Amino acid sequence: MRYLIRRGSMLLLTLWSAITLNFLLPRLMPGNPAEVMLAKFKGKGNMGPQAIYAIKVMLGITNESLWHQYLQYWGEIFHFNFGISYTYFPYSVTHMIAQALPWTLVLIGVTTVLSFLIGTGFGIWAAWTRGSWFDMSVTSIFTFTSSFPYFWFAMIVVFILAFTFQVFPNSGGYATQMVPGFNMAFLGSAIYHSILPALTILVSSLGGWQLQMRNNMIAALNEDYVVLARAKGLPQRVLAMGYAARNAILPNMTSFAMSLGFVVSGAILVELVFSYPGMGSLLYNAVSNEDYPLMQGIFLMIVVCVVAANLVADIVNVALDPRIRRGGGEA
Amino acid sequence: MSGLAVFKPFWRNKLARTGMIIVLLLVLVAIFAPVIAPYSPYNSSFPPMLGPSAQHWLGTTQAGQDVFSQLVYGARQSLWVGFAAGTAATILGLIIGLIAGYAPGIVDDVLSYLINVFLVIPGLPLMIILAAYAPVHGSLLIIFVITVTGWAWGARVLRSQVTTLRSRDYVAAARFAGDGMLRIVFREIMPNMISLVAAGFLGAAVSAILAAAGLEFLGLGDPSINSWGTMLYWAENSGALLQGQWAWLFAPGFLIAVLGTSLVLINFAVDEMANPRLRKKA
Repeated sequence: MRYLIRRGSMLLLTLWSAITLNFLLPRLMPGNPAEVMLAKFKGKGNMGPQAIYAIKVMLGITNESLWHQYLQYWGEIFHFNFGISYTYFPYSVTHMIAQALPWTLVLIGVTTVLSFLIGTGFGIWAAWTRGSWFDMSVTSIFTFTSSFPYFWFAMIVVFILAFTFQVFPNSGGYATQMVPGFNMAFLGSAIYHSILPALTILVSSLGGWQLQMRNNMIAALNEDYVVLARAKGLPQRVLAMGYAARNAILPNMTSFAMSLGFVVSGAILVELVFSYPGMGSLLYNAVSNEDYPLMQGIFLMIVVCVVAANLVADIVNVALDPRIRRGGGEA
Repeated sequence: MSGLAVFKPFWRNKLARTGMIIVLLLVLVAIFAPVIAPYSPYNSSFPPMLGPSAQHWLGTTQAGQDVFSQLVYGARQSLWVGFAAGTAATILGLIIGLIAGYAPGIVDDVLSYLINVFLVIPGLPLMIILAAYAPVHGSLLIIFVITVTGWAWGARVLRSQVTTLRSRDYVAAARFAGDGMLRIVFREIMPNMISLVAAGFLGAAVSAILAAAGLEFLGLGDPSINSWGTMLYWAENSGALLQGQWAWLFAPGFLIAVLGTSLVLINFAVDEMANPRLRKKA
């Protein structure tokens, strides 16, 4: 429990730092991008005084003291008021994020868990049969795939499976003529459209888990308790799964939480290639239109999701590893 | 130890040897680019969107440039950005990690907190935000952004190693001899974890190469500078997919993956040095 409180407060501090960084960035940048932004907004059409106020607070176009601005900024954040998107005027940033977030959460959530499970499984098997034909080929293939730029592999997959053979759709999250809703036809179409992006992220991220699990497992297989278990004549299966793998997976759980950030980053680029209607494409559109309010809102939302996922991973870790529960373990 | 002996463990490991040869080849390609490439990468006097042929091995771009020449010259930019950002991130991580591990109390607490924050905040979104606000775009910006977001992993590993080394006798001896903290950390402790530093550098270089490609692909680099990442940016933006220009699309990413793979392969030898259990039993 003490461990969880320590990790929890650490993550809260992280969240606070990220939000503060988000506050400081537009204020510290040379050339005052925020003023330019507001001037561009005036050409877009009528905005209520409240919307203008929100943008001013988010980007820092006031003469008030920095401390006062900071308090106002927090006030807006607690009201989920991130201002109006410039690109998608007159929609609010919150509205745009609420539309994009579920797509990304489902896509990344499912593929990350799958990738972790499959990669770890391959890692266990490769370490167990170390030096065999299986180990050598799987380990070299995964070393190669884990160096793929996510977006490049996405483009290759689109080229082969969507253009050349036309087995899968090349872009979008669902068929264009459909109206989003919870019915079988729409869900089917959404799943059909998500197969290629999911496949891309899966292939590019599998290797990392496999290589790490293989290393941990090889180290665990040399531990005294495994040698003893082997000497006692325990069945191979029990030895591999119950003794070695069970301990080898623990460091992997910790890095699972940490590498979530990498998966999120990779998915941003993959979404862009597939024009997938998630946070990645939205962030790209925000950046290419210099839509600072939208950009900041998305960054905040991504950080919140990653911090939450870290917390979940920590809780799972505590459940799995009694050493952490007893107050030991590295923070 | 003579200079060449350092490379011996790398050469003995078959995978690491393969990695070293490939990296060396790519470096040679970058150095001798003017000799190898048939045209200038900026020469746009050819018909646009040609498929692969004897004159243009990998076809031409939308702007009528030779893809193969761009690929050869692009090695320069991609290697430079990858290694520069990898080195900078390693040095930053080294300094912060060593000091955090050695210094007691509040210094360690503050630095550890910084390390943890940068580990949790996802790198690419932060890079994108930083690069988007920046008034000038170019390779220095990309190196800076990757360094700022990429040092924490190495710092964390080094910090925990130092905390186990700082209670050793030779460190105590140095302290009693009156050496200052910086001297103890960098002259006494650091040489004992050089394999960790090397592994950290290789890892940082791989992620820097991938991150640079990603940022350039998003158009956050300078699209007029020729590199593997910007090649992919132009390929995507001029519809190379739709036009069936597979070579233009395939080659730059393939070389990025090959470069990343060979650095990881070299890392296998470093891993074996740091952890003798990974060595194959003779």
